[in-house]
Amino acid sequence: MTTETARIRRLVARGKRFDKVFVILGLMSLMVGVLTLAVLLAGLVHDGAARLDWDFFTRFPSRRAGNAGILSAIVGSTLVMLITALTAIPLGVAAGVYLEEYARRNWLTEIIEINVNNLAGVPSIIYGLLALGLFVYALDFGQSILSAGLTLALLILPVIIVATREAIRAIPSSIREGACALGATRWQMVRDHIIPYSTGGILTGVIIGLARAIGETAPIITIGALTFIAFLPDPPLGAEFPFVSFEWLKSPFTVMPIQMFNWMSRPQAAFQVNAAAAGVVLVVMTLVMNGAAIWLRMRYRKRIKW
Amino acid sequence: MTAIPKALQRALIAAGLTASIAHPASAAGVIEIDGSSTVYPITEAVAEEYQTRLGGARVTVGISGTGGGFKRFCRGETDISDASRPILKEEMVLCAQAGIRYYELPVAYDALTIVVSKDNDFVDHLTVAELKKMWEPAASGKITSWRQVRDSFPDMPLKLAGPGADSGTFDYFTEAVVGTSKASRGDYQASEDDNVIVQFVSRDKGALGYFGLAYYEENRDKLRAVPIVSSGNSAGVLPSIATVNDGTYNPLSRPIFIYVKDRSLKRPEVRQFVEFYLQEGGALAREVGYVDLPAAAYEQALSNLRGGKLGTGFGGTPEVGLKVEELLAREGKL
Repeated sequence: MTTETARIRRLVARGKRFDKVFVILGLMSLMVGVLTLAVLLAGLVHDGAARLDWDFFTRFPSRRAGNAGILSAIVGSTLVMLITALTAIPLGVAAGVYLEEYARRNWLTEIIEINVNNLAGVPSIIYGLLALGLFVYALDFGQSILSAGLTLALLILPVIIVATREAIRAIPSSIREGACALGATRWQMVRDHIIPYSTGGILTGVIIGLARAIGETAPIITIGALTFIAFLPDPPLGAEFPFVSFEWLKSPFTVMPIQMFNWMSRPQAAFQVNAAAAGVVLVVMTLVMNGAAIWLRMRYRKRIKW
Repeated sequence: MTAIPKALQRALIAAGLTASIAHPASAAGVIEIDGSSTVYPITEAVAEEYQTRLGGARVTVGISGTGGGFKRFCRGETDISDASRPILKEEMVLCAQAGIRYYELPVAYDALTIVVSKDNDFVDHLTVAELKKMWEPAASGKITSWRQVRDSFPDMPLKLAGPGADSGTFDYFTEAVVGTSKASRGDYQASEDDNVIVQFVSRDKGALGYFGLAYYEENRDKLRAVPIVSSGNSAGVLPSIATVNDGTYNPLSRPIFIYVKDRSLKRPEVRQFVEFYLQEGGALAREVGYVDLPAAAYEQALSNLRGGKLGTGFGGTPEVGLKVEELLAREGKL
C-alpha cells in the first residue's frame, strides 16, 4: 500500500518537474521575441531621440538633415492607411461572413478557401506589380494615394478574411440555432449576433493587417511613391462650392517607410539619426493601432453576455 | 453627447478652410521628376531651394533608379528624369516611339572612390589593371589573396565589397575597370546600401570596396581612399574636385545627368526650374557631396537648352572618361 502511494507521488513529482521545465522553456521563447523588440526599440530611441521634437513632425524633407521632417510622410501614411482600411475591412469581413455563413460546401468554395489562405503568403512585391498594371495603368488612377491604398488593401485582404472566419467559427452554433428558432432570417442572425460577437477577433485581424501594411515599402515603391514631396494633398474640405473635394485621392505622396529607407541610404550620419527618429514614430504608430484594437476588443467582450 | 461631434465637425471644417487658404498654389502644375537615387540628393536640394526661393510650382522627386526612371520618362509620365548614366539605345527607341524628345544636361560629377580600411598600411596605390585583376569575372574564386594582385603585397585574404547589380554605379565601375558593363566577379559582398559597404570595409584590414565620393567624405575617419594609376598618369591620383575637373582622376569619374522632356519646357514653371537647376545646381551639388562641373559647362548646358539642342551626345553607348565640355559640344541624337 505505502509503496503504491510512494510510486504515485514520484509520478506526480516527475510530472510537476516537467511542468516547470516547460514553463521555463515557454518563457524563454517569449523573451526572444519581447527582448529583441525591446532592444530594437531602445536602440532606435537612443539614436533618434535627438530629432524627436515638434519641428520633425511639421517639416518637409530637406537636404539638410537638421531641417528635414516627416510631415509629408506621416500625412501620406495616414491617408493611405485610411483608404486601405475603408476598402479592406468591409470587403474582407463580407467575404469572411459569406464563406462561413452563406457559401455551400462544394469544390468551388474549397478552391476559394485554399486560394485565400495562399494569398496571405504571397510576397508583397507581387501585389505591387499587379497594382502597377491594374490600378496605375488599366484603371488610370496614376501614382496616387488611391492606388497605394487599394494596393495595400489587396495585400491585407486575405489576413482579414482568415481572421473573420476564425472569429465566426468560435461562435457556438447554439447561438445561430437560437436565433433561427425565434424566426430571425439569416441576415438578421448575421447582423445581430454573428458580427457583434466576432468583432473582437475581426479587429485583431484588421490590426495585424494594417500594422503590416503601414510598414510595407516594396509594393509602394513599385507603384511609384515619391521620396521628395514638399506639399500636402488638397484638403478634403474647401471654402468654395461644393465644399468637399476628393482631389487628395489623386495626389502624389510618400509614406514613412520610404522616407526612412531614403535617409538610411544617405552618407551623412545626421540622416541616420533622422531615420531612427522616423523609425520610432513608425513603431509608435503601430503600437497605438494595436492599443486601440485591444481597447476595442475589451469593450466588445464586456458587452457580450451569453 | 452630441455637442462634441458638432464641435469636432466645426474644427474639421475650420482646419479644411485654413488649409485651403494656406495652399493657394494648388492650381499650378506639378513638376514630376523620377530616376536615379545617385542624382536624387542633388535634385532634392535644387527642388527644395527652388520651392523656398521661387515658390509657385510644386516639385516631386522619386527614386525608381536610372532604368526605371527612363521607362516612366519614355512613357511620358515624368517631366524630368534623373540619370547616373547616359540614355541607352533601347531607351532611345522607346522614347522615339512615344514621340518624346529631350535635352541631355550634365549636372555634376560623381567620382567612384576605391576605399580600404584605415588599418590597411600596404596599399599605396592601385593601377586600373590591378583593379581589373581583382574584379573581373575570371577572378571569381581564384583571386583570394592580396599577394595575387601584386607580389609586394602580403598574403592576406582579399575581401571585396561593392554595389549590387541594379546600381548605375556598378554599371559604370565594371565598364571603366573591366571593360564590359555589368561584367564583375560574383563572390563579393554586394549591397544596395553604401553604408553597409562602409561598415564592411572599415572592419577588415584586407577589405576593399568602391562607391561614390560623398560616402568617402563622410567616413574619412574610418576609411582611406586609394590613389589610382591609369594609362594617362604614372603617379597615383586621389579623387577630389580638382582632379575630377582637370580629368586626371581617370577613368573612375563620371558625369551624371538630368533629361528634360522638350514638351514640358513649354510650361513656364518647368523652364524656370531647369534654368534654376543649371544656375544653382553646381553649388548645391557640392553641398550634398558631389563634384560640381566647371562654371563654363553649366553655361554651355544652359545655352544648349536655350538654343534648342535636343538629344544625347552619346548616341546610346556609354563612354568612359569623357569630358563634359566635349560632350556638350557634340551633335545630339534622339
